[in-house]
Amino acid sequence: MAAVGTATIEQYNYDIVRKFSIMALFWAVIGMAMGVFIASQLAWPFLNMDPWFTFGRLRPIHTGGVIFGFGGCALFATSYYVVQRTCQTRLFADGLASFTFWGWQLIIVLAASSYVLGYSQGKEYAEMEWPIDLLITVVWVAYIAVFVGTVMKRKQPHIYVANWFYIVFLLAVALLHLGNGLAVPVSLTTMKSYPLFSGAQDAMIQWWYGHNAVGFFLTAAFLGMMYYYVPKQAGRPIYSYRLSIVHFWALSFMYMWAGPHHLHWTALPDWVSTMGATFSIMLLLPSWGGMINGIMTLSGAWDKLRTDPIMRFMIVALSFYGMSTFEGPMMSLKDVNALSHYTDWTVGHVHSGALGWVAMISFGALYHMIPRLWDTKLYSTKLVTVHFWLATIGILLYITAMWISGIMQGLMWRAFDDFGNLQYSFAETVAAMHPFYVMRALGGLVFVSGMLVMAYNCWMTISQGKAAEAGPAPVAA
Amino acid sequence: MFKHDSIEKNVGLMMVLMMLAISVGGLVEIIPLFFINDTIEKVDGVRPYTPLELRGRDIYVREGCFLCHSQMIRPFRDEQLRYGHYSLAAESQYDHPFQWGSKRTGPDLARVGKKYSNEWQVAHLMDPQSMVPESVMPHYGFLEKTPLDYSDVGDRMAALRLTGVPYSSNQAEYDSNVKQFGEDVAKMLDIRNAQKNLVDQAQNGFGGAPGNYDGDASNITEMDALVAYLQVLGTMVDFKKYDNDQFVKYR
Repeated sequence: MAAVGTATIEQYNYDIVRKFSIMALFWAVIGMAMGVFIASQLAWPFLNMDPWFTFGRLRPIHTGGVIFGFGGCALFATSYYVVQRTCQTRLFADGLASFTFWGWQLIIVLAASSYVLGYSQGKEYAEMEWPIDLLITVVWVAYIAVFVGTVMKRKQPHIYVANWFYIVFLLAVALLHLGNGLAVPVSLTTMKSYPLFSGAQDAMIQWWYGHNAVGFFLTAAFLGMMYYYVPKQAGRPIYSYRLSIVHFWALSFMYMWAGPHHLHWTALPDWVSTMGATFSIMLLLPSWGGMINGIMTLSGAWDKLRTDPIMRFMIVALSFYGMSTFEGPMMSLKDVNALSHYTDWTVGHVHSGALGWVAMISFGALYHMIPRLWDTKLYSTKLVTVHFWLATIGILLYITAMWISGIMQGLMWRAFDDFGNLQYSFAETVAAMHPFYVMRALGGLVFVSGMLVMAYNCWMTISQGKAAEAGPAPVAA
Repeated sequence: MFKHDSIEKNVGLMMVLMMLAISVGGLVEIIPLFFINDTIEKVDGVRPYTPLELRGRDIYVREGCFLCHSQMIRPFRDEQLRYGHYSLAAESQYDHPFQWGSKRTGPDLARVGKKYSNEWQVAHLMDPQSMVPESVMPHYGFLEKTPLDYSDVGDRMAALRLTGVPYSSNQAEYDSNVKQFGEDVAKMLDIRNAQKNLVDQAQNGFGGAPGNYDGDASNITEMDALVAYLQVLGTMVDFKKYDNDQFVKYR
C-alpha cells in the first residue's frame, strides 16, 4: 500500500492539487460566512459599520470569495487532478503550477482588501481594479500553459471530454477578462481607473462578461468536473459519448449570446435583447444535455443513491443544474423578466445555481478526491450525510425565501389602486421583505454550518492520512 | 468524412475551433453597437460631469451604491409614475462605467436629481432610517467628516478624456465644447481649471443649483461631492421639449 502511494506521488503532482483543495475549503467557509453576514445586514441594517464594513463594500468580498476563491480553487484543484489522471502523465511545469497557486491566493487576498478600502471598478463580478486585473491575466496565462502543456504530453491519443470543458473554460475566461477589463488608469501610482467603454456599450460588454462568467467559470468548468467525478464515483462509463459532443459544442457556442437577457427593457437596443432571449431559450437544450448525460450515468447503479452520500451530492447537484437552467431561460423571456428583474428572484436563481449546482458538485468532487490525495479513507461517511442534509435544507430555505420576496416585491411595485395610482410606496415594499430576508439569512447559516462539518471531516481525513504516512508500517495492506 | 475523433486527438485544432465557437456571439452583439447610429438617441442637454459631480460619482462607485440602486428606468407605467420618463441610452453615454445596476434593494436613482433638497439628501445619507424608517440602507455619516481629495481630479478627467469623454485640455477642444455645450458648461469641462472649478461649484453651486451641498461651508467634503452627483442624476434632458413617441424609434 505504501509502495503504491509513493509510486502515485512520483507519477503525478498531487502536492499542488492538495494545496488548492485545502484553499477551496478555506475560501468556501470565508466566502459563505461573508454571504450570511451581508444577508443579515439586509435583515438588520445596524450590522453595517461605516466606512469599511457596509453592504456595498462587503458584497464583492462575498461574490469574489465564493466564485474566485472557493470556485476558482476547486477548479484549479480538480482540473490539475483530472488532467493528470486522464492524460496519464505528470503535470507540466511544477514551478509554474506552484506560481498559479500563490498568484491566485494573492489575487483573492488583494481583491478582498481592496474592496474594504473602497477600490472598485464598479462592474459586478469584475470589481478588481487594474493592477489586480493585470495579475489575474498573468496567472491565467500560466494556468493555460500548465493545463494545455499537460494535455500536450498525454500518453493517451484521445483528449477526455472533461478536459474539453476545462479548456473552453480557460479560453473563454481569458477572452472575457480581457474584453471587460479594458480600462484607463488615472495614473500609474493609483489603483483608480475608468473602464474604456461607457453607457449602453459598457452595459453590453459587462453582461457579456457577467453572463459568461456564469456560463464558463461556473458552468462549463464544473461540467468538466462532473464528467470526471460522476463516472468515477458511480463506477460506470459516461452515459452517452455522442450526447457529450453535441451538448459541448452547442453550449460553448450559445452561451456567449445570452448576456443581453440581463438588460431586457433597458436602454440597450431591442434587437440585442431579443437575440439574447432567443439564445437563452435555446440554451435549455445543451444544458439539459449535460444534466441528462450526468444523471443517466447512474443508470443501473441507482442503489448508490441510498448508500453513497457522495453520489447523492453529485446527483442532487445535477438536479439543481437542471432546475436552474430551466428557470434561467424562463426568466429570460421579456414578460417574465419585466417582473423578475431588479428583484430577489434573480438572487434566488443565482443561488440555486451557485449553491445547488456549483457548490454541491464541488463537494462531491472534493469528498471523492481528498482521501485519494492523502492516500487514506474518508474520516466519516456519516458526517457527509449530515453535510448533505444541511446543504439541501439550507438551499431550499434560501431559494424559497427569494422566490417569495422577489415575486411579491415585483407584484407590489406594479400594483395600482382603484384610482390608477401606485398602491405601494417603495418603502412599503422594503418593509414587506423583512421576514424573507431573515429566512434567507437562516438558510445561508444552515448551509455554512454544513460547510463547517465538511471542513472538519476533511481536516480529520487529512490528519489521518498524514499520520498513516508518518507511521512505521503499511497497516492497511 | 470528417470525424469528431480528429478534434479529440489534436489540442491545437480543438482550441482553434473553441475560439471560433465562443467568439461569434460577442462579436455579433457588441461590435454593431458602436456603429449603428440609433444605439444612442439624438437628444440635447446631456453633458459630461463637472469635476465635483465626477468626484461624487467616484464615491458612488467606491461605495458600491449600484449593488442596491439601479439607474435605469424601464418603459412601464408603474415605473413612469414612480420614477419618471424611462431612461435613454444617451443619458449614460459619458458613464464610465455604466451604473444601470441589476437589483433594486432601494429605489431607482436615475432621476433622483432635484427630487429632494440638499438637506434631505445629507440627512438621509447620514441616517437613512431617520428619513425612511423602513430603509435597510447603511449609514454614510463618514462622508460628512471626510475632506474631499481633489488633488488628482485633473488626472481623472484626463483619463476619461482618453476614453472619449469630451473634457478639454487645449483651446481647440475648449472651443468645440463651447459650441456643443455652451460656455458655462464648457468652462466646467476644462481640465486645466479642474480644481478651481471644483472648489467654485462646491461653494457657489452650478447651473442654477445652490452650492454648499452639505450645509457646512467651511470645507469641501465627500458629502458635498456625492450630493452634487445625486442632484444632477436624470436632470440633463428636458423631456418637455420632446413628443411622447420621439424616442420610440430608437428602441
